[in-house]
Amino acid sequence: MATKLPATEIVIIGLGWTGSIIAESMTKAGFNVVAIERGPWRDTATDFPPSYAPDELRYAVQHDLFVRPAQTTLTFRNNPNQTALPIRTWGSFLLPNGVGGAGVHWNAQTWRFLPTDFVLKTHLTQRYGAKFLPADMTIQDWGVTYDELEPHFDAFEYLCGTSGTAGNLKGQKQPFGNPFEGPRSRPYPTPAQKQPYGPVLWAEAAKEMGHSPFPQPSGNLSQAYTNPLGVTLGPCTYCGFCERFGCGNYSKASPQTTILPVLMRRTNFEARTGCEVTRIKLDNSGKRATAVTYIDTQGREWEQPAEMVFLCAFQMFNVQLLLLSGIGQPYDLNTGQGVIGRNYSYQVTSSVQAFFDNKIFNPFIASGAIGMCIDDYNGDNFDHGPYGFVGGGYMGMVQPNARPIEATPTPPGTPQWGAAWKKAVKDNYLSTILPSVHGSCYSYRDCYLDLDPTYKDRFGRPLMRLTFDFHENELKMSQFLTDRLAEIVQRMAPRQIAKLPRTGHYSIVPYQTTHTCGGAIMGTDPKTSALNRYLQSWDVHNLFVTGATNFPQNAGYNPTGTIGALTYWSLDAIHKQYLKNPGPLVHA
Amino acid sequence: MRCMLLGCALVLFASAAARGQYPDKQAFEVIEHGRYMATAADCTACHTAPGGKPFAGGGALETPFGTLLAPNITPDIGTGIGGWTDDQFVEAVRTGIGHGGIHLYPAMPYTYYTKLTREDVIAIRAYLDTVEPVGNLVQANQLPFPFNQREAMVGWNALYFTPGEFKPDPGKPAEWNRGAYLVEAAEHCGLCHTPKNAMGGDENSQAMQGSVLQNWYAPNLTGSRRLGIGDWTVDDIALYLKTGRNSYDTASGPMADAVMHSTSHLTDADLRAIAVYLKDLPPGGSGPAQPVSQQDPAMQQGQAIYNNRCAACHTVAGIGIVALFPRLSGTPLVQQSQATSLIRVVLEGSRAVATDAAPTGPAMPSFAWQLSDADVAAVVTYIRNAWGNAASAVSAGEVANMRQTLHRDAQAP
Repeated sequence: MATKLPATEIVIIGLGWTGSIIAESMTKAGFNVVAIERGPWRDTATDFPPSYAPDELRYAVQHDLFVRPAQTTLTFRNNPNQTALPIRTWGSFLLPNGVGGAGVHWNAQTWRFLPTDFVLKTHLTQRYGAKFLPADMTIQDWGVTYDELEPHFDAFEYLCGTSGTAGNLKGQKQPFGNPFEGPRSRPYPTPAQKQPYGPVLWAEAAKEMGHSPFPQPSGNLSQAYTNPLGVTLGPCTYCGFCERFGCGNYSKASPQTTILPVLMRRTNFEARTGCEVTRIKLDNSGKRATAVTYIDTQGREWEQPAEMVFLCAFQMFNVQLLLLSGIGQPYDLNTGQGVIGRNYSYQVTSSVQAFFDNKIFNPFIASGAIGMCIDDYNGDNFDHGPYGFVGGGYMGMVQPNARPIEATPTPPGTPQWGAAWKKAVKDNYLSTILPSVHGSCYSYRDCYLDLDPTYKDRFGRPLMRLTFDFHENELKMSQFLTDRLAEIVQRMAPRQIAKLPRTGHYSIVPYQTTHTCGGAIMGTDPKTSALNRYLQSWDVHNLFVTGATNFPQNAGYNPTGTIGALTYWSLDAIHKQYLKNPGPLVHA
Repeated sequence: MRCMLLGCALVLFASAAARGQYPDKQAFEVIEHGRYMATAADCTACHTAPGGKPFAGGGALETPFGTLLAPNITPDIGTGIGGWTDDQFVEAVRTGIGHGGIHLYPAMPYTYYTKLTREDVIAIRAYLDTVEPVGNLVQANQLPFPFNQREAMVGWNALYFTPGEFKPDPGKPAEWNRGAYLVEAAEHCGLCHTPKNAMGGDENSQAMQGSVLQNWYAPNLTGSRRLGIGDWTVDDIALYLKTGRNSYDTASGPMADAVMHSTSHLTDADLRAIAVYLKDLPPGGSGPAQPVSQQDPAMQQGQAIYNNRCAACHTVAGIGIVALFPRLSGTPLVQQSQATSLIRVVLEGSRAVATDAAPTGPAMPSFAWQLSDADVAAVVTYIRNAWGNAASAVSAGEVANMRQTLHRDAQAP
């Protein structure tokens, strides 16, 4: 039986990137905010200080910062004819836990999606005709345009201090930037990071082939930066312990390094850590959230009443909480009706490994987001007509890390252990590169989330069930882009290359990326989206849901920049419209 | 509207000042002025225990002679100062003679507060009368014999205490005199920054030349360029006191508390006045030191440790990152005569103060679990003598003593 607590004005579920941004905005506006976070409090100097932050065994191999599957997990199957089984060790993706969320352990690759990505269905249908798209593909327009989001992309980048080179300033193409990007209102807050040798050579090859290489936008900063909240970040030291790690040097943009110091000074803010939200409670009409219930580490259940609820947990857990709370109609595969769990998507990554005899790349000089990239094959930046697929991705030579345990490049045919393997690692460690493709993943009727009928968590609640496989369109895309990448790499004259396109069925085992998307998507029609264009629940007007869970399908980029922009976009509507007249912001 | 209110307040201030010795303690402007002066005098630093109610006492003060607990100064009749007359309050603050004639210990800085005007002290009392009365009986005197004998303070006072209100220097500008008043009276800077003799009295001939207390080294605040703040501008000093940092230094340890509770809340005009006064202090402290040879094995070892453990933040050149990681090259703080604070920070870690103006509050982790006494001695010796710095070497024994003193178990991750 839950003990009822005194009411507050705003409850935020999950204190990661979006929860922190919202908490800062709403406390600044004078509201009392309580953030409820499943995991622990995390702070740079006490939780990942430079004296032990670069511990590859602890953080990269043993997954120290991620949620323990013993606490909560999900089940997986490739298709609806299979029986899903629970994931007991993380593989394909690594789900976050604790204050800062995935913002603690990301690589900080900070992109804006393309203008056409936000109107994808309309754009592709107009250009290629509806029949060009696979019949079971369920892509949609987002209900918001790039131009509407631009000020909010800008806000997130200036919060983070993102390092990059603009390619399009107010419609004017800029040298050395990405010519395909949407127009930006001002330059990046800090210049691009310095590039190591490998990316420089790759960019030269790409340029010789007529492409337009540019530095990857990075949340690991090229120089010290004080953001509009007054919080200071330091310059990146190129240590290469970014993804899966907290940054001990205050150089990687995270809630810890950009927002939390200010938030913790606000007397109208409270964070409750080690508290797992179990349900969002509704009033009798079912149209208004009244409270959330949560369980603390002592097993006590609490009910926190609030006027507004922000659901800001990780993508997967947002969907689960909506389903467990009976908010919105669950997606039904058989009828195609229902919205909660609909349009799960992922990311289609691939790479080309290249071995050189006469080059020393010093791959350990790394940052989660240094590299040179091209966008020539992203989104609809090229004519898909001849190729029979849609989608694309950025590709580039990114040098995120070459850590001692896991960075063991060996040419194909090398034994997997023993003296020959050791010799091959020694011979190739410094002279191997791994350029990669970050490909889009569009949504399909049979890729979705629902509650597992068999497996339950420690509270007896059904686990989330993921049903997902790669579709032919994505595999074609991966093959095509990996071939294009290989052509650029070949121009660098390596001794040997190994093409690694994504093939066959999706496997939940090898790590690919943590960019799980969708399940509570935004849109213009309550029949095909869980949220309206302002991230407001169609069904429960005082509930807003944030994160990659909003994406109707995933583009060929890392998601965080767009997640940040959508959060600021939603807040803008809340401040300008919702708070003055609480109710649905869009009448369908 | 706000300006009008302030204007009214200023007029009222003037009339309150005219009333001089016996202001109306219920008047807004007196209470508000008292709150400001209580902040300037940093009463809360000692009289509010960590996590305790404001001014209810119980905060522990470690002195070389033993522990004192700060008394309850809320208006509670039984356990606070609710039953005191104003004169008794003024006497306690300005002469160290407490209620019932008992002698206070100079951990209560009456040796400085004696310079406060009676009007300011009454205003502080007026403010304290408005805080929540809290019943909290504090046994202030936790000292061992013979120091627990308060009567001994009669002799101590005769030797080391010069009573008397602050006298402005008519030859100096008003701003200088305001700064002098704040530094010498309210903020009692010398309590930490002036060396003490064996009996805990100020060595006035070495005023503001730096001193060890509570296992921190409060650095030299004189105009010495090598050891003090001779290179700092008035703006640098004011910025430091306002935000807890400037391009030279970051407040940590007890100074972080002083910035958090006191100086960051002062008006810009008062901070500037403090800076003007401090800038006028003549250079003091020891002369140029002979640097430890770069060939010294400790320097070689220290450099290796520094580049491995410290350089990621403080940079190989020791220049740090402004507003985030303190500069070490050429900074007085690392070249003080004693390396107490440096050793402590390496062993224990440290968090910089966070203020509204500079909210980041960056922190340094503890290295106690990673570095041996000899390692810490070497790296601190290196920091004190690299990049043109010059200061005495640090021995492993000093580090061992500090480690023992801190009683902090090495914390493995």
